[in-house]
Amino acid sequence: MTVAESTHEHDAHGHHSPEAHVAHHFESPQQQFDSGKLGIWMFLITEVLFFSGMFCAYAIYRSLHPEIFIDAAKELNAMLGALNTVVLIVSSLTMAWAVRAAQLSQKKLLIVLLWITLALAGVFLGVKTVEYTTKFQHELYPGIYNHFAQEQYPTVADKYVSKENQASGGAEHATEAPAHGEEHSEEHGSTPATGEHEEHAHAEAGGHAHAEAGGHGHGGAQGVRNIHIFFGIYYMMTGIHAIHIIGGMGAIGWLIYRANKGEFSSEYFGPVDYVGLYWHLVDLIWIYLFPLLYLIH
Amino acid sequence: MSDHAQPNDDSHDHGIHAHVMSMSTLFGTFAALLVLTGLTVAIYEIDFGAIDIWVAMGIATVKATLVAVYFMHLRYEKPFITLSFLFSLAFVALFISVSLMDAREYEPQVEALHNAQMQEAAE
Amino acid sequence: MSVGSTPDKFQAANLDGAQTREDNYLLASSGVGSWLFTLDHKRIGVMYLVGILVSFFLGGIFALILRAELFTGTKLFLTEDQYNQMFTLHGAVMTFLFIIPSIPAALGNFVLPVMLGQKDVAFPRMNLGSFYLWVVGAIFFLCAIIFGGLDTGWTFYTPYSVTTSTRVILALLGVFVLGFSSIFTGLNFIVTINTMRPHGMTWFKMPLFLWSIYATSIIQLLATPVLGITGLLLIAERALHIGIFDPEMGGDPVLFQHFFWFYSHPAVYIMILPAMGIISELIAVFSRKHIFGYRFIAYSSIAIALLGFLVWGHHMFVSGQSQLAAVVFSGLTFSVSIPSAIKVFNWLATMYKGSISLATPMCYALAFIFLFTIGGLTGLFLGALATDIQLHDTYFVVAHFHYVMMGGTLVAFVGGLYYWWPKMFGVMYNENAGRLFCLIVFLGFNLTFFPQFIMGARGMPRRYARYVEEFQIYHQLSTLGAFLLGIGMVGAIGVLLYSLYRGKKAPANPWGANTLEWMCSSPPPLANFDNPPPVGDPYDYSNLRYDEREGGYVTVPGPAKKTSSH
Repeated sequence: MTVAESTHEHDAHGHHSPEAHVAHHFESPQQQFDSGKLGIWMFLITEVLFFSGMFCAYAIYRSLHPEIFIDAAKELNAMLGALNTVVLIVSSLTMAWAVRAAQLSQKKLLIVLLWITLALAGVFLGVKTVEYTTKFQHELYPGIYNHFAQEQYPTVADKYVSKENQASGGAEHATEAPAHGEEHSEEHGSTPATGEHEEHAHAEAGGHAHAEAGGHGHGGAQGVRNIHIFFGIYYMMTGIHAIHIIGGMGAIGWLIYRANKGEFSSEYFGPVDYVGLYWHLVDLIWIYLFPLLYLIH
Repeated sequence: MSDHAQPNDDSHDHGIHAHVMSMSTLFGTFAALLVLTGLTVAIYEIDFGAIDIWVAMGIATVKATLVAVYFMHLRYEKPFITLSFLFSLAFVALFISVSLMDAREYEPQVEALHNAQMQEAAE
Repeated sequence: MSVGSTPDKFQAANLDGAQTREDNYLLASSGVGSWLFTLDHKRIGVMYLVGILVSFFLGGIFALILRAELFTGTKLFLTEDQYNQMFTLHGAVMTFLFIIPSIPAALGNFVLPVMLGQKDVAFPRMNLGSFYLWVVGAIFFLCAIIFGGLDTGWTFYTPYSVTTSTRVILALLGVFVLGFSSIFTGLNFIVTINTMRPHGMTWFKMPLFLWSIYATSIIQLLATPVLGITGLLLIAERALHIGIFDPEMGGDPVLFQHFFWFYSHPAVYIMILPAMGIISELIAVFSRKHIFGYRFIAYSSIAIALLGFLVWGHHMFVSGQSQLAAVVFSGLTFSVSIPSAIKVFNWLATMYKGSISLATPMCYALAFIFLFTIGGLTGLFLGALATDIQLHDTYFVVAHFHYVMMGGTLVAFVGGLYYWWPKMFGVMYNENAGRLFCLIVFLGFNLTFFPQFIMGARGMPRRYARYVEEFQIYHQLSTLGAFLLGIGMVGAIGVLLYSLYRGKKAPANPWGANTLEWMCSSPPPLANFDNPPPVGDPYDYSNLRYDEREGGYVTVPGPAKKTSSH
């Protein structure tokens, strides 16, 4: 069944004739659609290769040091991960359905489905925020801000992290330290020049307050080296995935705006299709992240 | 090929040839994905030992294939697109496998160095 | 050459004909805005060209400062730290801002759609976006230079890149953004070639330049994203010390090298493949002879693109990489020489019994073959495990990759620029001046880099600001050569710029080429073609005849006598 066969009536919003959407350098709507389709697939290929770097780091450390992953994964909440998996699968369904709605010129349905997809993306990020917050309360920040890292590498911690920001087992510190950390991992390090070196000033080594930090109960990680590497990989993978979700939300919002104007119909639905493909890829990557990060024992 | 695209011959002027997913396929895929997610979580408690990760990866791959083939219409696309996608996965495999092979090879040296440093620190 | 004022210079020269504004993309609209927001691939190509030439100038200045400092073994005017920053910036600017975008983004953007007989690339907006990403990346680099410099070498190896006090993160952001610029260009070209070839142009009727651009684009799509993620991980390593690459935190610096070279070795082919495509065009046109072994040249482009992914470990022979990997990578490295040699032999066979005219582009093409062959053959010494241990990180390596990158890509870029210059701006340059500076470039280049082979083989390490007296004579020859080369390059570009003011009006087809870009007027009209041009064999020159009145070649129906002089 193809669009051309399945729809016979034109969309009511006739002022957008299909020709109006064909750029001057294309011969036909079909050529334009095929180009867009190939283009988005090529882009998805670059995304696959982009994420492959993190999967590579994961594979190497998991293969060489499985104990890091087994221990660290206890800190993660598998149920939240599963919940997010389901949320993304449902949003994938609504997105695929939205593409169908666009192809069949079902304008109202299209808008509703796009809104649902957008909302589910919001839910995903909400759950993610809950997860990150819990980690932060346990001082499980990325890198040297992580209390495991500070226990294992006190001299490095003294070099890069100011005394008052070092983990000391008290939850009240949890709200301070992440400020630098999260900014960098979430925003691609948009303010790189600042914050890099100012910590050096506090490098004088005093009492090792962090030495007792391992004693506060969670994650019996005593004796396992380099636990923080897991959190480095975890934050990079989920953080960059979350950035992709945010980007996808922007794209879906743009689709909703255009759908409201009645631009999509059986004769012109390319953008819905392309954004849909992107959204499915983001889902597809999460399908791998979920067992790799949450289901380890 | 003139300045503006003109209505083509009659068979084409009703827009674009692209596959429309039927509702049953959409929901069938969706249901299968949910079941497989449940399965992954359910067998999480079972200890398969060393093949644990391969079981999990196998299920994930089935899910990913479902998403790609149905939600992403790969089944109905030109073979070129499917081939390109598989081709890119081959490069991912190349990247990971060669780096991993090398890292495993030199890991004993890294461990030896670490142990020597530990010993030095202890003395 | 300022973007905004370029159209005005042509007003006087070109409006005297029967041209209307639509007949010349340079005049189709005016004002700075009409350039900055243009979606026309030709204008975007010209803007890229300006940006790339500026970066090239900057990188060249860095190079001359380095060579001047190395005139003696003791300090002249740079401290060691300044020297480290200078060679890093030379490498980073030349690699990321100049060579990688040079041929595809500047010449490719201009030529590719016209070669396909189309009005534009598939995604014009993405094309403009790619240019602005390049600009943003360049700004990041400038900021890194201004706010503290960069001294890691262009390779950003850990752990030094984590501990140095220079602006690694700014530079990495620049690399990240430039990577996306490169990806968008490649993506655009792949889609354009796939979906917009005109009727009759099958894959094996494409000009070989398009084959090489296609192969390049494949690498750009598959390799560049890995550079992106490597940059992000390194940023995280530096900002947060996540412990993946930093040995101080239990990470693995060799892993960083794997990540980096998985992109950066294929990137070498991003640089050289388009150059090979240009040479394939030039050799055939200026030998007035059908290209020899068309299919082999086409396939060898793809083969180089794919084999290029299998050899990255040969940069890591002394890094701590395992012996197993080193042996495998060394063996695979030699396989790349096969498709490269296929190309060289086919070019030579094309020239055999051809009627060769030594126009400036052809002079550059001949220089390319000579220099690239030296560069390629010395690569075999470096690919062999045992000799690499001796030669690694010496000037031998520096000389090798300059013979390939500069003697290869840069020379082909300038050759291509001379070749398409009449098409781009509608003016002819002074042929004798062009040839003269080509000779100076060639001599200066060899004087610069040949001594580096010798001193490298005798043990002069690269990246050193000071050296012992035994190497002084080579360094001094090299420095003299570098300034000669600098004069040659400035002259070569100067000849072209001068032609903008004083050049004769260019005919549609000054060289007698048979690819489609020569079938529209010079410069092309805004829409390139009103009617799709007829597609034929791109290397069949039998129907082209030199026309005195036109000053260029015209197509005559049926087989005609071949003429070579003009």
